[in-house]
Amino acid sequence: MDWKLICKLDDIPQLGSRVVQRVAGGDIAIFRTSDDAVFALHDKCPHKGGPLSQGIVHGRKVTCPLHGWNIGLDDGLAVAPDVGGCNKFEVKVENGQVYLAA
Amino acid sequence: MSKPRLVLIGNGMAGVRTIEELLKIKPDHYDITIFGAEPHPNYNRILLSPVLAGEMTVQEIVLNELDWYKEKGITLHTGKQISKIDRVKRKVIAEDGTEEQYDRLLIATGSTPFMLPIPGNDLPGVIGYRDIKDTDEMIEAARLHKHAVVIGGGLLGLEAANGLKLRGMDVTVVHLGPWLLERQLDEVAGKMLQQSLEDKGLKFLLQKQTEMLVQGESGRVAAVRFKDGMQIPADLVVMAAGIRPNYALAEKSGIYCNRGIVVNDTMQTYDPKVYAVGECVSHRGIAYGLVAPLFEQAKVAANHLANYGIGRYTGSVTSTKLKVTGIDLFSAGDYMGGEGTEEILLNDPHGGVYKKLVIKDNKLVGGVMYGDTADGPWYFQLLKDGRDIHDIRDSLIFGQSLVGDVGHAGNSKAASMADSAEVCGCNGITKGVIVQAIKAKGLFTLDEVKKHTKAASSCGSCAGLVEQILASTIGGAYTPAASDQKPMCACTEHSHAKVRKIIRDEHLTTKETVFAELGWTTANGCEKCRPALNYYLISTWPHEAKDDPQSRFINERAHANIQKDGTYSVVPRMWGGLTTPNELRAIADAAEKYNVPTVKVTGGQRIDLLGIKKEDLPAIWADLNAAGMVSGHAYGKSIRTVKTCVGMEHCRFGTQLAMDMGVKLEKMLFDMYAPHKVKLAVSGCPRNCAEAGIKDVGVIGVDSGYELYIGGNGGIKTEVAQFLCKVKSDEEVMEYSGAFLELYRQEGWYLERTCHWLERVGLDYVKGKIVEDEEGRKVLYAQLLAALKDAKDPWATSREAQPVKQFIPIKLEA
Repeated sequence: MDWKLICKLDDIPQLGSRVVQRVAGGDIAIFRTSDDAVFALHDKCPHKGGPLSQGIVHGRKVTCPLHGWNIGLDDGLAVAPDVGGCNKFEVKVENGQVYLAA
Repeated sequence: MSKPRLVLIGNGMAGVRTIEELLKIKPDHYDITIFGAEPHPNYNRILLSPVLAGEMTVQEIVLNELDWYKEKGITLHTGKQISKIDRVKRKVIAEDGTEEQYDRLLIATGSTPFMLPIPGNDLPGVIGYRDIKDTDEMIEAARLHKHAVVIGGGLLGLEAANGLKLRGMDVTVVHLGPWLLERQLDEVAGKMLQQSLEDKGLKFLLQKQTEMLVQGESGRVAAVRFKDGMQIPADLVVMAAGIRPNYALAEKSGIYCNRGIVVNDTMQTYDPKVYAVGECVSHRGIAYGLVAPLFEQAKVAANHLANYGIGRYTGSVTSTKLKVTGIDLFSAGDYMGGEGTEEILLNDPHGGVYKKLVIKDNKLVGGVMYGDTADGPWYFQLLKDGRDIHDIRDSLIFGQSLVGDVGHAGNSKAASMADSAEVCGCNGITKGVIVQAIKAKGLFTLDEVKKHTKAASSCGSCAGLVEQILASTIGGAYTPAASDQKPMCACTEHSHAKVRKIIRDEHLTTKETVFAELGWTTANGCEKCRPALNYYLISTWPHEAKDDPQSRFINERAHANIQKDGTYSVVPRMWGGLTTPNELRAIADAAEKYNVPTVKVTGGQRIDLLGIKKEDLPAIWADLNAAGMVSGHAYGKSIRTVKTCVGMEHCRFGTQLAMDMGVKLEKMLFDMYAPHKVKLAVSGCPRNCAEAGIKDVGVIGVDSGYELYIGGNGGIKTEVAQFLCKVKSDEEVMEYSGAFLELYRQEGWYLERTCHWLERVGLDYVKGKIVEDEEGRKVLYAQLLAALKDAKDPWATSREAQPVKQFIPIKLEA
C-alpha cells in the first residue's frame, strides 16, 4: 500500500476534519473522533454531493452540512432510513502522524 | 455469567414496544423470550380498520418481522397461550407444556372484546373485533353474506361498520347510547357524525337494547332481536360494545388485580419481579384502551427493567381521531365540560363545522372538533402544556391561524387533501407518500415521519400539517408529548427545558459534564444536541463556559454561509443598513479580486458576496477588515441585522432618528448569539417602511417616543409582531429590547424563534418580566451588556494561527 504522509494528528481538531485536495478524483475528508480514531471518506455526500468535511462529527458518524444526512465514518454508508454511500480510504496514525492510502 | 432472563407474555404492541425501548437504552442486558397467543409477529392492531376497509393488507401492518426477533436474539413462541405463572419457581407454563424460567416477567396480555351476555352470543357469525382472525372472518362474511349488524357505536364499532360497508354489506349500527361516540363527542358533534355516516350509506338504531341473537336454519346467526320487539336480519354480528382487560392469568397466579392488573407508577405489579403494561393494566384505577398511553407506559417500564429507576408514568390525557376516510373529527380531554368549566362554541351546521372548547381556570381542558380539525393537534398541545390561554382567548376558537404558513399552497385540512397534494414544499413530499410511510413503516411520531419521509425536516413549516396527517392516519395512537417534556434528541430522555435548568442549577460549564450529569447515551452527542448544548452553556455562563467550535454548525465555524456547491457567501456588516463610498469600493475590489460570481443585495439591507472558496475566506476578510468592515453574522443563530428607514433626518414624515437608533441597537447587540437568528427593524413613523411588524423586535417611532413590538416573523410563518409597550427615549428602547432579547437568550430553546417562544410562554409572561418588573428588566439588560462586553469580530479572530487551519486544504501531490 502506498502510504502518504498527510499531517500531524494535532492538525485535525477532535470531532473535526481536514480536507485533502487531490489532483484528480475529488477531495478526501479526514476525520478525527473524540477518541482519536481517524477516518477518511470521499468528501462528497451520497445525497447531493455536500462536503462531508464541513459536517459535525459525533461518535462514528458525520452529519452532512447541506441536508443533514448521517454518514458512517467507518463504512461510508448513510445511516438508515437514508440509503447510499461514499468511498472510504485507508488511513493510519503512527507517532502522531496521519498517513493516507490514496 | 449468564444474563438475567426476561419473559414477555403477549406479543402485542405494548409488550413489544417495551422490549424495543429496553433494547434501545440497554441492549444485551437480558435473555428475552416472548410468548404470543396469536400465530403472527407483532402487528399494528390499530390499522386493522384499514385492512378491513380494503385499504391495506395484513402484511403491510406487521411492525416487527420475524427477522427482527432473530436479529435481536429474542426467542419467540407464537401461537402459544400461557396457562400458568408459577411465581414461586419463577416460571411460566404454556398450554402445550412449554416452560420458561424468568428473573423478570412482563405481562402485556391486552384485552378482549366484551361479548354481551345475551342468548345467541356464541352462534357462528357472532364475533368480537380484536385481531387478524376477526378481521379475516369479517372479510369472509362480507364475501358470502349480505346483512351485518355492529353492536356498539364507539370508535371500533364505527370503523368496523365503515369497513364492512365498503366491502359491500348492508350495515346497521346498534347503539345503546343517545348519540354516537358518546365517550368522545358531545351531542351536537355526535349527530353531525351520524349524518355524514348515513350519507355514506350506514344505518343506525340508537338507544336500542339488544335482547337476543336469533339462530337461522343453517345454524348461523340470522337476526338480532331488540327488547322492544323489533327484529332485523343479520348474517354477521360484530360486538364492539367495549373491551375487557385480560387479567385472568395474572389474577389466577395471585397477582393483585382490580378490573385490570394493578400497577404503580413504575408499571410494577404487587410482585416486584413482575411488570405489566398495556390494556391489561389498571393504573390509578384507569385501564387505557388507546395506543398512545401504552407507549408512554412502555417507556417507563423499559427504564425500570433496565435498572435505571428513573421515570414515572402518571397517567395520560387522550385524544381521539376517527379513522374513517373523509370524516374530520377530533376530540380530547374533558370535552363535555360541567361544573366550574366554561365553553367556547363555534357552530356552523350548514358549513359542516362544529368546534367546542372547554376551559377551566384559564386553561384548556378539553375540546371537540367536527368538520374542521386543522387545529386539533395545536389545541391538544395547549391542553397538555397547561398553558394559560387568557391572552389568546378571544381568538382561540379560530385556531392557530395557519394562514401565515407558506410552502403548502394554503392547505390546512389534512383529511380533505388529495394524496397528490404537496405537503412539504421544501422536499416535495406529498400527502400520499407520508400516509404510505406511516402505514408501511409503522410510524407513530412526528420525528419518525420526519426521518423516514424528510417531510417537515427542512424549514418545518408543514410540521403541523404532518402532525394532522399522522393523527388522521393512526387515530388515537397519536399523542404529542407536552412541549417541555419532549426529549432534545435521540441521545437523551431529557427535554430542552430540563437541560437548560440543570446547566443553570448545577453550574455546568462543559458539554462533558452535561453528558455525565444527565446520562447521555452517546459518547459525544449528535448534530442536534451538541449545537444546542454549546449554546446553552455559553449563554448561561458567558465568559466562563468555553465555546466549542466543533459543536457548531459549519456556518458558525466558518463565519460564512455554506452554499449548495460547497462554496461560501460573505456578508460584511453595514450597521443599520448604512454604508459609505469607501466601503462600497472595498467590497467591489474584493468581489473582483476573488472572482465573486454573484453580488446580491439582501433583505436585511446588506450586500452578499456569493460563491467564495473556503480557502479564500481569511484573505477576503482581511481585505474587508482593512476597510473597516466586520462580520455581518449573516450565518449565525445570532443577531443578523437591524433594518432601518431613513427617519426624520431626511423623510418629511419621520418623527424619530430611525437610522441613528438602528445603528445604536446593532452596535449594542454585536456578536450576540441566541437560540435562533434575531432580526430587528426601526421605522421613523407608523408608515413603517422598515417593516418592523415582522421582526423579532420592531421599533416604530411616533411623535412622543417609540412603540416596541416583539415576536414578529417574516419567514416560514408570517407572524405579526405583538405590541409590548411604548417608551419615551432611545435609552429606554435599548433597555427594553435588550432585556427582552436577554430573556429570550436565557429561556428560549435552541432553534426556537422569538415568535415560537412567545407562543409557548405567552405575551403576558414577557410583559410581566420586561414591562412590569423594572428591577428585573434592569438586571436582564445588565446581563446582556455583560455577556456582550469585549465582543470581538470573529473574522479577525478566525485569522489567528490555530483557527485558520480549518480553512487551509492539504494538497496531495499526484
